Amino acid sequence: MPSLRFLHVWRRNLLVWRKLALPSVLGNLADPLLYMVGLGYGLGSLMPQMQGGGYMAFLAGGVVCSATMMTASFEAMYSAFSRMHVQRTWDAIINAPLTLNDVIMGEWIWAASKALLSGCAVLLVAAVLGLVPSLMALWIVPVILLTGLAFSALALIITALSPSYDFFSYYFTLAITPMMLLCGVFFPLEQLPGAIHALAQALPLTHAVALARPLMNGVLPALAWLHILVLALYAGIGYACARHLLNKRLLK
Amino acid sequence: MTQLRVENLRKSYDGREVVAGVNFALAHGECFGLLGPNGAGKTTTLRLTLGLTQPDGGRITLLDHEVPAHAREARGRVGVVPQLDNLDPDFTVRENLLVYGRYFDLPRAALEARIPELLDYAQLGTRADARIQTLSGGMKRRLTLARALINDPDLLFLDEPTTGLDPQARHVIWERLRQLTLRGKTLLLTTHFMEEAERLCHRLAIMDHGRIIAIGTPRELIAAHIEPEVVEVYGDGADAWSAAAGKQLAERCEKPGETVFCYTRDAHALVANLAHHDARTDIRYLHRRANLEDVFLKLTGRDLRD
Repeated sequence: MPSLRFLHVWRRNLLVWRKLALPSVLGNLADPLLYMVGLGYGLGSLMPQMQGGGYMAFLAGGVVCSATMMTASFEAMYSAFSRMHVQRTWDAIINAPLTLNDVIMGEWIWAASKALLSGCAVLLVAAVLGLVPSLMALWIVPVILLTGLAFSALALIITALSPSYDFFSYYFTLAITPMMLLCGVFFPLEQLPGAIHALAQALPLTHAVALARPLMNGVLPALAWLHILVLALYAGIGYACARHLLNKRLLK
Repeated sequence: MTQLRVENLRKSYDGREVVAGVNFALAHGECFGLLGPNGAGKTTTLRLTLGLTQPDGGRITLLDHEVPAHAREARGRVGVVPQLDNLDPDFTVRENLLVYGRYFDLPRAALEARIPELLDYAQLGTRADARIQTLSGGMKRRLTLARALINDPDLLFLDEPTTGLDPQARHVIWERLRQLTLRGKTLLLTTHFMEEAERLCHRLAIMDHGRIIAIGTPRELIAAHIEPEVVEVYGDGADAWSAAAGKQLAERCEKPGETVFCYTRDAHALVANLAHHDARTDIRYLHRRANLEDVFLKLTGRDLRD
């Protein structure tokens, strides 16, 4: 039976977060608001076929996913690396009756939880802006959670391999930024040339957006099972790899 | 009752044997020291014993649990003071104890009752709400020690507990540790301060190149491995004096650097001879009893270990 000991690690991180909860939540709300208002009005007005508000609604489905990706990645890289390598918090925890796998699970679920909060904040902002026509949008919540789990797992792999904070900029340059721009957050994938379009199909953010955007607009996503499967595979395989690499790094 | 038994423990990294067949056992209530130069395998032995790395061979029984198979259960009855401070910088002094106590599944009420006691013990009662960054090195060590006691452990592991502390802070830690042995706790500590080992440890083992090369009480080790008296001779004339008189009057002379160390069972003749040279400024000397450091240097050599 899987152990619930990871919750101790999750609670530890929650206690730290609570000290800075207010600025953190304000950031979660302000960032998507700026994106949607700024790009929605600014760019949207240049798109006559989308009619201003239309682009803002389009954008909301993408920004939910990109905000989730960003939060999960930052937490499972910079913050987890601080606790693992700089502050040696993990070392202290595994001297108690917790195992390294408990710690890794705790960090994974924690990063996904923070990402969930951040994605839900976007959903809330979208609802307040009147961009959410039906309750079907609530199905976005589990999509955010799954997306958070996938990106947290991937980021933990990078953390396991990283000698220092500088290493993370490779991942941002080579993975996060391309996904931000190529996975349909700001414009439909179909606008991209064939090869890039095909490449984008392999990236997790594409599948998150493919689920969230229709739901945001009150429509059931096509091929939902496929998108869920791809995200679940990224989460599951990513987590298994991260666990293996972190065990190798820390318990040698 | 045996608190910890280590039998024929082995561990290699990249073909280099870091722990090469180590055996020892800790009786209830004893303070046992592992001494050795840097890289002797002390810290690896501790990590193996806690189940934090897989041994290549041997057997470990920690508080009746087989390690590594049941290391997690065993750690529930153990406290650890690591070599590098890893207090949680995101928390206050009190929160550090509270959060650490939760890792042992201790209920909040039990922790609330225990924390003031531990703060007292660590002499941090007035700093309960201070941030970790504002504590001195000695305070941090005391808090780390208090944190290791949060689960009221039977056995305490201390990896170089006073490294980097000033003498005042070091004496406080020594006094706190002695209190623990008086209360029946078993202690396993690593150190390379001989004075610390001599003061605290009932028994100790000297480790080098992954092996235990001597084991016993501090007195036994001194009696078994070294002449009881030492005369150290310094100055430009030390060399010539050693050749002319020192080597004949002492059982053994060593000159690792600028100082001649004369080891002997009876230093009367040496001291009498040196007294003739009292007027000379190029010879100074110090007569003392042999100590653990002499044993340590004899057994592990005087070469630098980096």
